Amino acid sequence: MARIATSRHVAVSTVAAWLVGFLIFFPILWMVLASFKTELDAFAIPPKFLFFHWTTENYAAVQERSDYVHHALNSIIVAGGSTLIALLIAIPAAWSMAFSPTKRTKDVLLWMLSTKMMPPVGVLVPIYLIYRDFGLLDTLTGLVFILCLGNLPIVIWMLFTYFKEIPKDILEAARMDGATIGRELVYVLTPMAVPGLASTLLLNFILAWNEAFWTLNLSTLEAAPLTVFIASYSSPEGLFWAKLSAASTLAIAPILVLGWFSQRQLVRGLTFGAVK
Amino acid sequence: MKNVHGALLGAAALLLSTPSLAQTALTIATVNNGDMIRMQGLTSDFTSKNPDITVKWVTLEENVLRQRVTTDIATKGGQFDVLTIGTYEVPIWAKKNWLVPLDKLGADYDVADLLPRIKDAVSVSGKLYAAPFYGESSMTMYRTDLFQKAGLTMPENPSWDFVISAAKKLTDKEAGVYGICLRGKAGWGENMAFLTAMANSYGARWFDEKWVPQFDKPEWKKTLATYVDLMKEAGPPGASSNGFNENLALFNAGKCAMWIDATVAASFVTNPKDSTVADKVGFALAPNTGLGKNANWLWAWNLAIPAGSKKVEAAEKFIAWATGKDYAKLVASKEGWANVPPGTRTSLYQNPDYLKVAPFAKLTLASIDAADPNKPTVQPVPYVGVQYAAIPEFQGIGTAVGQQFSAALSGSTSVDAALSAAQASTEREMKRAGYIK
Repeated sequence: MARIATSRHVAVSTVAAWLVGFLIFFPILWMVLASFKTELDAFAIPPKFLFFHWTTENYAAVQERSDYVHHALNSIIVAGGSTLIALLIAIPAAWSMAFSPTKRTKDVLLWMLSTKMMPPVGVLVPIYLIYRDFGLLDTLTGLVFILCLGNLPIVIWMLFTYFKEIPKDILEAARMDGATIGRELVYVLTPMAVPGLASTLLLNFILAWNEAFWTLNLSTLEAAPLTVFIASYSSPEGLFWAKLSAASTLAIAPILVLGWFSQRQLVRGLTFGAVK
Repeated sequence: MKNVHGALLGAAALLLSTPSLAQTALTIATVNNGDMIRMQGLTSDFTSKNPDITVKWVTLEENVLRQRVTTDIATKGGQFDVLTIGTYEVPIWAKKNWLVPLDKLGADYDVADLLPRIKDAVSVSGKLYAAPFYGESSMTMYRTDLFQKAGLTMPENPSWDFVISAAKKLTDKEAGVYGICLRGKAGWGENMAFLTAMANSYGARWFDEKWVPQFDKPEWKKTLATYVDLMKEAGPPGASSNGFNENLALFNAGKCAMWIDATVAASFVTNPKDSTVADKVGFALAPNTGLGKNANWLWAWNLAIPAGSKKVEAAEKFIAWATGKDYAKLVASKEGWANVPPGTRTSLYQNPDYLKVAPFAKLTLASIDAADPNKPTVQPVPYVGVQYAAIPEFQGIGTAVGQQFSAALSGSTSVDAALSAAQASTEREMKRAGYIK
């Protein structure tokens, strides 16, 4: 009897989980479907789910009009570069705050987080002027720099949380064995924090990949990533949903593949330390 | 050895001569509209005539483009050499000396051929600061088959009373056909473009001569109450989320008996590739109440050169090519007369080839002629612009008022409450900006 109740419970939970998963995934599915519709079908009322005239003309139109590879490469460089530099700065910072905290550590952490509370548009003009004067407008260096700065507080916070879970005794043991700070960081701390590091890296890569405000405002052509590519397909006058969906599908494809292959690391990292 | 020296010298000479072949690269910021995309496709015609100029396009969504270009021009960032801007920005930016006056577009540019209303909208103190690429007004598009079935005849210059009664008569909610589709989505360029034009026809105005907001006057109440009642009775469900594109989709799917919107929509609703009612569409002027103003607006997308640009000469050549008389012929030769950018030149409306493929041409021209940006309302106003007031504060004010009116349409607030909130927020912003005390 108990076994029947358990299997029924499992079945209900499974169906509920699939349903929730499907609901969360539905906007992406709808976007992919819309990318294979004609503009008229994409706007059809009532909406057409599967029974429509399937076409790849939107992908052809997008390929003809835009240089997808150029934008995708820029996105990879900007997201990858800003994440790696942020990690290089954040690992020592989080290490020092996690293992050698002072009475001001909490304030410093809060201050860093507070920089994320200001709307970016508030500093658009000063940043734009600085970038203009330093010749950083429409450069990959400029975008890597601003996204690195923007994501740094989150990277430090995430790593700080992971490092706090690592017992101090292990590091002390390493020190007693004569490990230098560098060796302690590279050979003891980093291997133990791999799940945390991996999820921080992936999450920040995704954040940088999706960042639209700074990338749209500070790039024009040469450094323009996929956000600019997508923005070029929205139209105030004229039907554009199908082409925009095709452009968006192309833009999320690389990150979707990356997320699919690294989902185990992501989940492991995000739940790291959640259960003691 | 001699040959090697010769080759080296030749290579050096070639390297040294490179600067003389240096090209001017123009970066052009534009929006993703059909006519603009067509222009991008025809760029090779310009570069073949001007081999020393290359052209790079930056296409962005309208609001993103507006923010991007405004930031760049205000900070003199120099990222763009040619800008696509609306009639709203031209007078404001020209007065700030942000734009280069376009008085060197060449002897054969024929400024006199530009439609007078459009030319006025892009000129300040008689000087052209932007060249119109395509222009539009708004008009009434209606289903001839539904009108015929209901025994109705649409006048060429309909009154609001006729439009309202026809909309109610033509509504068949069970069949999914609605009498009228109008903009409801909040935004200064969305519902407020339509409602301001409608208010003009009801004798309302945004500000009096001393910049005092006028939403507490009976003309605005009449406008908003009529609009909300009409949409509740004869409009599609969820109209408060509908903008141009949503209504275009509804009309093309045969769900609207009437649609009052941009004249540029005429070519979309009559295109059999996109519209299921392409052969059943008639056109009339936007409605009026007999006060001398129709509910139609005036808008143009224009090309302009930012002040401080180092490539003015090349930019002028490009603008003269893209907005000149020959450009229409070029588009016609490649894609047919139906695809020529409308609403900027008188000669287009005298061209029999164009008139043959554009049954809406006469009404488009009449609508543009009927909208006067310098005298947009029945009563006098201190601002320029038909469906907007050309002051920098208008974008914020217009969108805030648009949100109130959209809420009134969705039923989450009353007409009276929306008008008082609009009056209060506009007064506050106008005081803050120093227009009133």
